[in-house]
Amino acid sequence: MTGISVAAAAAPAKPIDWIALTVVIVIFALVAVMGFLAARWRVKPADRGLKTLDEWGLAGRGFGNWITWFLLGGDLYTAYTFIAVPAAMWGTGAITGFFAVPYTVVLYPIVFLLMARLWSVSHRHGFVTPADFVGGRYGSRSLSVAVAVTGIVATMPYIALQLVGLKAVLSVLGLGSGTNAFMADLPLIIAFVVLAAYTYTAGLRAPASIAVVKDLLIYIAVIVAIVWLPSHFGGWGQIFDAASTKMSATNPVTKAAVGTIIPGATSFNAYWTLALGSAMALFMYPHSITGVLATKSRNTIRRNAVVLPLYSLMLGFLALLGYVAIKAGTVPVGVDGKINPQLVVPQLFLDNFPSWFAGIALAAIAVGALVPAAIMSIAASNLFTRNIYRDLIKPDATPAQEARVSKVTSLVVKVGALAFVLLMDQSAAINMQLLGGIWILQTFPSIVAGLYTRWFHRLALFIGWAAGIVYGTWAAYNVVNPVTHAHFGGSIATIPFTNIPVYIAVTAFAINAIVSVVLTLIFRAVKVKDGVDSTTVSDYGADETDPKVADLEKEISWLEPGPDAPIR
Amino acid sequence: MSTSETPTRGPARPGPYVVSGILLAVGIVMPLVVPLYAREDPRLFEIPFFYWYQMLWVFIDAFLLWIVYAIVTREDRRRRESVRGLGASRAADARPGEAGDRK
Repeated sequence: MTGISVAAAAAPAKPIDWIALTVVIVIFALVAVMGFLAARWRVKPADRGLKTLDEWGLAGRGFGNWITWFLLGGDLYTAYTFIAVPAAMWGTGAITGFFAVPYTVVLYPIVFLLMARLWSVSHRHGFVTPADFVGGRYGSRSLSVAVAVTGIVATMPYIALQLVGLKAVLSVLGLGSGTNAFMADLPLIIAFVVLAAYTYTAGLRAPASIAVVKDLLIYIAVIVAIVWLPSHFGGWGQIFDAASTKMSATNPVTKAAVGTIIPGATSFNAYWTLALGSAMALFMYPHSITGVLATKSRNTIRRNAVVLPLYSLMLGFLALLGYVAIKAGTVPVGVDGKINPQLVVPQLFLDNFPSWFAGIALAAIAVGALVPAAIMSIAASNLFTRNIYRDLIKPDATPAQEARVSKVTSLVVKVGALAFVLLMDQSAAINMQLLGGIWILQTFPSIVAGLYTRWFHRLALFIGWAAGIVYGTWAAYNVVNPVTHAHFGGSIATIPFTNIPVYIAVTAFAINAIVSVVLTLIFRAVKVKDGVDSTTVSDYGADETDPKVADLEKEISWLEPGPDAPIR
Repeated sequence: MSTSETPTRGPARPGPYVVSGILLAVGIVMPLVVPLYAREDPRLFEIPFFYWYQMLWVFIDAFLLWIVYAIVTREDRRRRESVRGLGASRAADARPGEAGDRK
């Protein structure tokens, strides 16, 4: 703990680092130009203007291995992750921070297993959202709306958190200390207005093209940091010693240790359920599924599952930078002069690298906020358009109307997220995101079981979903922060009637699954009316060369069916 | 004629899927058995075992998925050819490039 006193002396004043700021602004402007140009990237002349959801919201469903790798990498490993994971490591150690590594490792076998089937059935039926699939599979409007609303509500705070990440970068750069609230937030507002404009114009193509730049910058920043910083601070041994000293100290309020370097037996269950529950939930988020459905073939997502773990390795190193910051004595002070753990990684870069390189790293994080924010807003808009506007308000909406509604909704969603961050306390966004993770996992039974079996009854799944949501919300509300005594103080609670602490989402999921199974048995026994399944077994194995169902139906109405009828 | 009921793939052989399932299960379970790795030693580059074990699984999972990908796509190709081969003329119409490859 030698470095702290040295760095603390310089902490209160927060001058603007002009070189770093200039680098950030230049990269930001470059990315904005790319975003607008993307409106014509890989677009056939006939599709100019992106007048269908397939074109605007799924970029023509044509992304191959490389673009998908960058797109999903930028989509799943968000700026907030880059900010929050090292912040958690810096603050309380392994349990709340490092679980992100096993989470993003066990994620890929799950993705490999599930997503090719979802791609196939969506390809055949032209599904754009997970709720489209649930609606088609179970013939249940209420279930598809439940999935859509869950997706939208869970995504909104996630977008807001990207703004929190962006704000952290701006704050470290010394921006946001203006005399009035509007001036303080102006850089954030400008960034988001530009983002909204190019997302409106270019749809999913904008974040896809930007993701390439962002991911390359992030890799450069992390590799340089992880090669240079540890040796500069005396090697990993000393870094872990410093972290260990900090974590084993006693927190004056809770009278417990500040954190843990290596979890003890009491937190084993919390650790693995956090990792597994988060991994199961991630590809239920609409923005992840948007990335999957934008690929051009059934196996693109599987090939990507093999190579995407490289991002998890980078995330692991980023997490360890939280410990490096402890050893380095980084003091993450915001423009308001208060300690904010989220600033720890941006501050670490600014303290220990030349301004121009710190600028590149900070720009990478800032642009890393824009990519997922764009994809999330597109995904939420698609859900609204397809499963609320079309299904409930205007059943005969044309593809052009759908695209128009979705574009406008994406603006509304972004303004909503911006208002959320500007008007409400930052902890509100974090609490909502915590709840969002619990809620989104409750769509798992409907979506995932539906990929393999039509055994579940639609009403049973709906009631199971509701039970999971209610339990999860209640349990999260009852977690009280020991320091501030606020509700929604964390995502760990004991399983009811036991004293085993686990991730609340996993308990809620178990309740959801049990209710769904039991009620299905009952409803089947008493023969409650079930919905019509518009999918067939062959849909789930279809690849890109198999015809779409709409084309098959057209063919049936046009052609006299005969033994020599062409396949399409 | 073909409808949405027309099989896109022939029947599955269980073998490849059982092997793939086991490999995927290993890739999910092993990084989650916390008692196995919640320890300090042995260290690697002075990093405690807890940390490098979990990061090592990034590579192991990528490798496992690569094997599973090879197994599953091979079986997938066989199943597709088994149905597309049934109507040789139809399949040839749809995918002229593939017709000659099928021996």
